[in-house]
Parts: sequence; C-alpha cells; structure tokens
Amino acid sequence: MTDTTAQKTDATIDQPIIELIGMHKWYGDFHVLSDINLKVARRERIVICGPSGSGKSTMIRCINRLEEHQRGRIIVDGIELTNDIKNIEKVRTEVGMVFQHFNLFPHLTILENLTLGPIWVRKEPKKEAEETAMMFLEKVKIAEQAKKYPGQLSGGQQQRVAIARSLCMRPNVMLFDEPTSALDPEMVKEVLDVMIDLADEGMTMLVVTHEMGFAKSVADRVMFMDEGQIVEENTPHEFFDNPQNERTKLFLSQIL
Amino acid sequence: MTDKNASTSRKYLKPPVTEVGVLGWLRENLFNNWFNSLLTILTIYSLFLVIPPLIKWAFVDSLWFSDAAACRDIDGACWSIIPANARFIFFGFFPEDQQWRPLTAMILLLALVLYSQNRRSWNKLLFPIWTAGLFVMGWLMHGGLGLPVVETAKWSGLPLTLMLSLFGMVGAYPLGVLLALGRQSRLPAIKSLCVVYIELIRGVPLISMLFMSSIMFPLFLPEGITIDKVLRAQVAIIIFTAAYIAEVVRGGLQAITKGQYEAADSLGLNYGQAMRLIILPQALKIVIPPTVGILISAFKDTSLVVIIALYDVLKTTKVTLSNPKWMGYSSEAYLFLAVLYFIFCYAMSNYSRKLEKALHTGR
Ligand SMILES: Nc1ncnc2c1ncn2[C@@H]1O[C@H](COP(=O)(O)OP(=O)(O)OP(=O)(O)O)[C@@H](O)[C@H]1O
Ligand SMILES: [Mg+2]
Repeated sequence: MTDTTAQKTDATIDQPIIELIGMHKWYGDFHVLSDINLKVARRERIVICGPSGSGKSTMIRCINRLEEHQRGRIIVDGIELTNDIKNIEKVRTEVGMVFQHFNLFPHLTILENLTLGPIWVRKEPKKEAEETAMMFLEKVKIAEQAKKYPGQLSGGQQQRVAIARSLCMRPNVMLFDEPTSALDPEMVKEVLDVMIDLADEGMTMLVVTHEMGFAKSVADRVMFMDEGQIVEENTPHEFFDNPQNERTKLFLSQIL
Repeated sequence: MTDKNASTSRKYLKPPVTEVGVLGWLRENLFNNWFNSLLTILTIYSLFLVIPPLIKWAFVDSLWFSDAAACRDIDGACWSIIPANARFIFFGFFPEDQQWRPLTAMILLLALVLYSQNRRSWNKLLFPIWTAGLFVMGWLMHGGLGLPVVETAKWSGLPLTLMLSLFGMVGAYPLGVLLALGRQSRLPAIKSLCVVYIELIRGVPLISMLFMSSIMFPLFLPEGITIDKVLRAQVAIIIFTAAYIAEVVRGGLQAITKGQYEAADSLGLNYGQAMRLIILPQALKIVIPPTVGILISAFKDTSLVVIIALYDVLKTTKVTLSNPKWMGYSSEAYLFLAVLYFIFCYAMSNYSRKLEKALHTGR
C-alpha cells in the first residue's frame, strides 16, 4: 500500500487524475461515444452538458467502469481500466458516483448506507466508519436522520445522503450524473449547495447537469457533447457568452 | 396553493348514519340488492342446518377419553381414538420404552425454532446453537453414546414429518437461492446447468423423485454401499423444493432495479458482497409470501413419503385406523390430522407476515 502511494505522489502529482485517450464505445452496432479525449487535472471541476442521448451518462459511467469501452484507454489516478477486476475495484474505490435517482439502499438505514462501503471495502472498524459517516452527514446537514430509512426522506435529503455515502469512501474524484434532475424544484438548491461546498474544498468533480447557474459559478471548464463526441469545451465565461459551435449555440438557446 | 385556501373554508360533514355502524355494514355488504339479500338468507339457513348438528356431534355426544368399546354406544365423535393411540400416531415404530427420546428431540426442535423466530437472536450465536441442537437431536433419535441405537427405519410419526420438512426447507432454501443466482450468471456453463436443473426438476412430480431415490438410485451405487432411505428421501425433497424456491427468488432478483447493482458496484463492492449485502436482502424480502407458500406446500408434501414405505404422521394414523378396534373413526382421526397440519402451516404463514412487517422500511 504505502510504497504505491509514495510512488504515486512523486511521479503522478502533476499528471491528470483522469485521462481518456481516443476512447470509443459501442452498444451493439450503435456508436455511442467516438474518439473521446479528455484530461482532468486534480481539483478541476468540469461540467458536461448536451442534448438527451448525446452520451454524457455513458461517458462518465465508463470512468468507473459501469460501462465498458471498446477502444482507446481510460486511466484513473495512474490505474488503467482493463478487464482486470482488481484494477476495476480499485478505481471504483477512488471514484465516487452520484446518480440521478440516488440509488440508496432502501433496506438499510441512512447510517448503514454510509458505513457499508467503508466497512466492507475499506475494512474500517465499524466505530470509526460510523464516526466518519456522522461527520459527513453533519456536512450535508442531515445528521438527525441517521437512523431513518431512505424511504422516509425527501428526494433532496436522499440525494444529499447519496453524496455523503460517496464521500465516506474518501474518493479522489466525484462523478455526478444529473444529480438534481429527479428533484422537485424547491429541493434542487439544497443539493447544489452541498456540491458547491464540495467544490470549494477542492474535490475533483465531473458533473453532468443542465443547471447552468452551477456551471457558471463553479466549473473550471464546461463541455458540450453531441452525438457521442465532445463538440466544444471552454471556460464557463467563454462557453456561455461566446459559443463557437453551431450546435452549442442551438443547445444554449434552447435551455437558457 | 388555491387548494389550501379552499380547504380551510371547507366544512367536514359526517357520513350518513346508514353508511356506518353495524346497520350500515349489513346494508352495504349483505343486503345491498335483492340477489345479495337472497344469498345472505340462503347462507344463514344452510349454516343453521349444518352448525348445530356438527356441534352436537363434536362436543355434546362425543367421547374424549375412553376405550374403543365405549365408543360403539354413542352417536357423536369418538375423539378417544387419538389419546388411546397417541403413542403410535406420534412415534410409530420407535421402541416404546425409548419414546421419550423423539419427544425430547421434538421439544428441543420447537424450542430452537421459537428461539430463532426472534430477530434479535439472529447473531453469531445462532449457528453454533443450531449445530449443537442438531447434534443433540441426532443423538437422541439415533442413539449411541450410552443410548440404545434405533435405526432410521424405525423413525416414524411426527418426528419424521417435522424432520423431513424442517431439513427440507433449511436445505432447499440456500440451494434455491444459489440456483437463482446461477441462472442469472454471465458464465454460460453455470447458467445452463442451473436452467437444466430447474426445468428438469420442475417437470417431474415429487412422487417420482421419491421413487427414484428409493428404487432407482440404489441401482447405481456400487455393491455393498447403501445410503440410508430416510436420508435419500430427505435429499429428494431438498432437490425438489429447491427448484421451486429458485424460480421464486429469481422473480425477486428481477424486481431489484439496475441502480442498486450500480450503486453497489460504484462503492467498489465485489460480486459476493453486492449480492449478500445489497441485492439478496431486498430480493428475498420481496418474495417472502411466495416462498412461504412453497415451504408450506413442501411441509404438506412430506406426507408423500408413504409411497416409499416411510411412516410419517399421516401413515401412522392410517395404520391406527386399520386396527379393527378403531376402524370406522376415520373422520375423527383425519380431522385431528387436519388440525395438526393447520397449526404448523398457520404458524408459518403468520410468522412470515410478521417478518414481512418487521422488515418493512418504508417506501
Ligand atoms: N444499455 C444500452 N443499450 C443500448 N443503447 C443504450 C444503452 N444505454 C444508452 N444507450 C443509448 O446510448 C445513447 C447515449 O445514452 P446516454 O444515457 O449516455 O445519454 P445522455 O447524454 O446521458 O442522455 P440523457 O440526457 O437523456 O441522460 C442513447 O442514444 C441511448 O439510447
Ligand atoms: Mg444521462
């Protein structure tokens, strides 16, 4: 353990934490992602937007191997994703993922949802895992719900729990797939606030979202995807005020 | 928002008197039109015809503890057949002077079941406690270590029924779960093996499985090796029940959304952990009702072992009825058996309902 981390801090500190090189993916004959090249630096915050079906979810799901890519390379924190199951599990512990539909475990209490990964994957003692969990619940302002079950919480609360659950694994990168689009409007803000806090603390984040306010205030880079390709990427300022690509312009005119 | 304003000024009226209370209920459910009224009256009349004579037969004119001769003189039920033959009905051919052993074993078994029905006792102690309990039960039934040996051919009556069903369930359930998981496997070899097993077994009646276990199976064994008949029947029951459990569990697995698998994966859980901690607890909970249905029918199906000459509690009762002294009291004997089976089955379904409630976590 220690020797690999030491090696990593020396050699890879300036290297991108996520690197996608000429990555392609097909569903059967359907070419979902074509020639994706992406470098994400540590502490960088990237917002990805684009029309429905453009492959945003598929791309970020490839990063923790919920989907398999067929060509090109994906390297996460120095670990290349191949069929090697050990590597996949290692990458998954380094990458946290937040889903549109929360995907909390309904048969476990909030606290158990949070401690499950640390106890079974990170082999933390139960007590320590619970302390960490309470700390993160505190952070997403929901500590008083620890003993409840997910079904007893509102959507916004569930999504904050889902974020805390990922954080308990001490990830280096967080992936968000439309974290607020299944929420009632009045709950969107409470979730975005948590994400903004996280960004302020320097978490590396890849966020698929159509919350353009969030993109403008938080993102270092905004990317626009269409038909399986990254069509345009720029700083939020340039991206919104001065889009280059026709498709980006059309998309922005529709959602702004 | 407008709704809220409207509701503050809304008046809540009580429902009309005819809609509530006994009268309302009667009108609503029994006399809401001429046809239902007619059915109600007919039903009440037939109950009136049936119930009083039944009570008279079962309780007024009946004898509970007497010898067979006394029963000849009464019109009512001769319940005496049960206490008078209790030893044989319950313990069959187990040597009379040793019958305290199966009795103790059964009491121990019931105590274990009662102990484990409390969810608070589902901890690390449960497994050693059961292992110890089973060991003691096996010792009591079989003997050795100071007790005279009673070979399994003499095990009969209620202990045999309970043993075949309980171990049938305990063996079939995990096997069924494994088969269900195997059927979902991405490895074609495992998958097709499980499919073949499940479809083959489900296509064959239990009776023929029992026949195979008792007649065909020994033919394949090398000379001189015999496997106990009770054990073979037990294995046949397990193999048979597991196939049904597997299909029910598969239904439960399909009800779990893809998101649960993905959430488990993205936490870095491996396949075994994801199944054990996330997927199975939810899937198995969903299928508690149909699973208990299968377990209940497995319990009742143990009575089929008579066809391979094992004496379960149904068969010992039948043997009692063939005794000339007690011939002709089959209604009483079978009613007693029905009540006995009902108690066990009802306990199971009642417990499953409680368990389902206890495991409910909202949503
Ligand atoms: N499992 C699958 N099998 C086949 N095709 C799929 C599968 N999953 C997604 N697709 C297709 O791949 C394309 C990209 O899907 P993806 O979910 O990545 O889009 P998206 O950009 O996230 O869209 P949305 O904004 O609607 O979430 C879509 O055309 C979709 O129909
Ligand atoms: Mg999507």
